[in-house]
Amino acid sequence: MLNSAEISMLLEATGVSVYMTLVSTLLAYVIGLPVGILLVVCAPGGLKPKTVLHKVLDIVVNITRSIPFLILMLLATPLARAITGKSYGANATIISLTLAAAPFIARLVESSLLEVDRGVIEAAQSMGAGTFAIVKKVLIGEARVSLIVGSTIALGTVLGYTAMSGAIGGGGLGDVAIRYGYSRWDTKILLATVVLLVILMQLIQFAGTKLSRKLDRRLTG
Amino acid sequence: MEPMIKIENVSKTFRGKENTVEALKGITLEIGAGDIYGIIGMSGAGKSTLVRCLNFLERPTEGTVYVEGRDLSAMSEKELRRMRTSVAMIFQHFNLLMQRTVLDNVCFPMEIAGVPKKEARERARRYLEIVELSDKEKAYPAQLSGGQKQRVAIARALAMDPKILLCDEATSALDPTTTRSILALLKEINQKYGITIVIITHSMEVVQEICTRVAIIDAGVLAESGTVEEVFASPKSKAAKRLVFQGERKVALMKSKRCVRIVFTENSSFEPVIANMVLECRASVNILLADTKDIGGIARGQMVLQLPEDEQTAEKMIAYLKERNLAVEELTDYVE
Repeated sequence: MLNSAEISMLLEATGVSVYMTLVSTLLAYVIGLPVGILLVVCAPGGLKPKTVLHKVLDIVVNITRSIPFLILMLLATPLARAITGKSYGANATIISLTLAAAPFIARLVESSLLEVDRGVIEAAQSMGAGTFAIVKKVLIGEARVSLIVGSTIALGTVLGYTAMSGAIGGGGLGDVAIRYGYSRWDTKILLATVVLLVILMQLIQFAGTKLSRKLDRRLTG
Repeated sequence: MEPMIKIENVSKTFRGKENTVEALKGITLEIGAGDIYGIIGMSGAGKSTLVRCLNFLERPTEGTVYVEGRDLSAMSEKELRRMRTSVAMIFQHFNLLMQRTVLDNVCFPMEIAGVPKKEARERARRYLEIVELSDKEKAYPAQLSGGQKQRVAIARALAMDPKILLCDEATSALDPTTTRSILALLKEINQKYGITIVIITHSMEVVQEICTRVAIIDAGVLAESGTVEEVFASPKSKAAKRLVFQGERKVALMKSKRCVRIVFTENSSFEPVIANMVLECRASVNILLADTKDIGGIARGQMVLQLPEDEQTAEKMIAYLKERNLAVEELTDYVE
């Protein structure tokens, strides 16, 4: 069995993983949400079509999304060092996690907002609503369930990234798995990190599903 | 008197990558204050585009629209948005916010216009009372029937005290009974609050039921316009004839013998006109088509009768019908 030192190390690593996941997803939404909104609003046939801006955002999102996460992390090291003062550890990893997750989140937001019925948007326009009001009250208001489902997916993906970041000096469960499980062949600890990651993922999914069900007014029963 | 809406030479062309579609071609029309104005046409005739030009959700390629004498094409975005608060709109698919309660849906336009929340709620409750949905204020649209959803949409449309209500196929997704109750509600709103109503529809029945005037749009062109009685009693354009005889393909059969179409507009429902005519002339007629109904004690609708071969009797019958103030039209030229 695991001794108490190992248990406290695993618990601490779990805390670090949760911290990295939550903070970087949150920061990624700060970038990804407005970009996702702009992708919808500025699209041809959108509320305020802006062809050039849309094209530029579209290409930037595609490029950042096509760089594999580990490589993006390496590329982001100088930036992480500039911001956090270190090139390794949880906080430095958060920078590259944020950069990796933001374009993904922009796409998730875009697809959620595109689901909103065009008729409802037109109804709001017929009432004299401006673009800002439509984005806030119609697009986000009506797509909120889909946005929550999207954020559940984003959290799960970022949790996976945090584990991967352990390979090159990130913190948390991935780091423990690499140092003990891979470098020292300590299968016990390797398995424990897997179990903990599975539990975290289940919790995220459970909470996300529960919340979106609770908020969805389209379900009658 | 200044018309409420003046449509002046409006054309709208949609330019796609491969083809351009001329949805509207030089439409000119005046809609008076307090009218219930029907704009009718087959699918694809351009009527939905036309109604969107009335609040500039679609900007005409040529021509312009005046609402209460103000030229919409001269307005800035901001002025257009302000104008839209007095031109409400309801839709075929209701277009309610599915994540909001009925009450919050009715509050929505007031929220956009910056009406304080408390006042908005009070006003919304008043409008829900008018549409008889006070007991549903906490319900969500998904829990309502089609007719109830359209009532919520009507309450929402009334919320900003509009001068004009645009209805885009507002009853097309509803069953006949619900359609009638929604039309009755629209009529009540028109009479009580003096709101000018524009009804876009493909159904002649809807026009007959509540409209005072009607315009027929065919392939983007205004085919005919006038009072509903005029157009229904003696349709001139081919498009009008097609709509009046909606779905009646048997008309071709009537060509062989002498047939007349009679239109009921002001006769009492209690007077058995045809039966009396038969008794009076002592000859039988064949009723080929009958589509009449009782609207408030007045018979409305049309019939197509095949008259006896005997010229004299036929003439006598026509004279009898005309004497009874029925519009009689010989069906000689109408073939689909």
